[in-house]
Amino acid sequence: MIDHILNAAEMMEPIAHGEQRSDLLAGKILAVLFFEPSTRTRMSFETAMYRLGGDVLHLGSVDASSISKGETLADTIRVVDGYADAIVLRHPKEGAAQLASEFSRVPILNAGDGAGHHPTQTLLDLYTIKRESRLENLKIALAGDLKYGRTVHSLCYALSLYGAHITLISPKELGMPEEIINDIIERGAKIIETDSIEDAINDVDVLYMTRIQKERFPDAAEYQKVANRLKITTESLKDVKPGLKIMHPLPRVNEIDPKVDGTPHACYFKQAFYGVPVRMALMGLVMGAIE
Amino acid sequence: MSDIETELRVRRIENGTVIDHITAGKALNVLKILGLPDSSEGVVSILLNSQGMHGNKDVVKIENRELKVEEVDRIALIAPNATINIIRKFNVASKSRVHIPTFVEGVVECINPNCISNSNEPVTSKFKVTTEETGLKLRCFYCGRVISENIAEHLL
Repeated sequence: MIDHILNAAEMMEPIAHGEQRSDLLAGKILAVLFFEPSTRTRMSFETAMYRLGGDVLHLGSVDASSISKGETLADTIRVVDGYADAIVLRHPKEGAAQLASEFSRVPILNAGDGAGHHPTQTLLDLYTIKRESRLENLKIALAGDLKYGRTVHSLCYALSLYGAHITLISPKELGMPEEIINDIIERGAKIIETDSIEDAINDVDVLYMTRIQKERFPDAAEYQKVANRLKITTESLKDVKPGLKIMHPLPRVNEIDPKVDGTPHACYFKQAFYGVPVRMALMGLVMGAIE
Repeated sequence: MSDIETELRVRRIENGTVIDHITAGKALNVLKILGLPDSSEGVVSILLNSQGMHGNKDVVKIENRELKVEEVDRIALIAPNATINIIRKFNVASKSRVHIPTFVEGVVECINPNCISNSNEPVTSKFKVTTEETGLKLRCFYCGRVISENIAEHLL
């Protein structure tokens, strides 16, 4: 199924670039229910819908809606599913999309549920790897906050399906939860853990950076120490594989030096664009416009 | 101590269910899972820490109520070796072991405070149950969080 979505996304790319026009989802409405702020995910869903000729319906401000009056998510979903052909949901609680799918008559797309999953981000990450590197026999390093980052959790589960060699780079206090490591090993991934980027960077095809949040650390000095250790500069890239691609779900703070942007290794802005064709493919599939 | 002596400590029942070989100390949790005594009008007797052939065990006797298969399988979460004896006219009419269910609903609460099943939504908690070498693993149907230790502490 994942490969099917990625193949469909590839066909959507010319439309996502605006090089071709499409009416694939003309007459269809996507309801965008975001209970938490988002820029990239929300905008790329909306762009994807507009590029395919469809329309978008917004929840609007949570403060002004019935949710602030105490309405359950289940009730909100049962109302909104009468207004739209699919619902994209971001919610602060884990499992929200699963619950929504139990009450909805239309497809639910999970755009992030608390610290749980963010599957469309995972699909666009896989798509980026497929387009810019390779999914088979991939050597990838994930660096940064691997404890709280739902992006890297979901990505690890997906990469394990492809038998990837995964190096996890993080300070001890932000390490990948053991439960997830056990799960992904069981599913076929090979895992190495380290706390230094230098240990891994010269050996991998993809380096996936994530942001480390200051508030995870008891004091600013400790944060600075860790942040400096997990920072990429052009200096860090001198012995890497020529085809190394650096990814980041964005926004970045200072974990990737802006000078890296001009190197052929930088892939994060392309990655952000790839969210559009992937979400176009997903919506085409769930709304029955493509098979 | 023989079973006969055990029987003398807690009287034999004429009709109902005897749950035997409950892991020692877990009988009260078994009652909790079964909603007893509220779900039964008959007398419920409990024997704690009784000596059995394979070490200490607990026994629960429920008078005038025959437990259904789906009810007793929930017990397996905390007492996987329990046996269920249906008693009719003082005789054992049927005897069976509990089976570990593959899915449980409304028995255990998710340990993740931010799980949607722990909010005011109109759903009950659901878990997928798997048996590992290290014991039972309950994976929340909603958030995916796993409970593998002290399951009894999270009974609803």
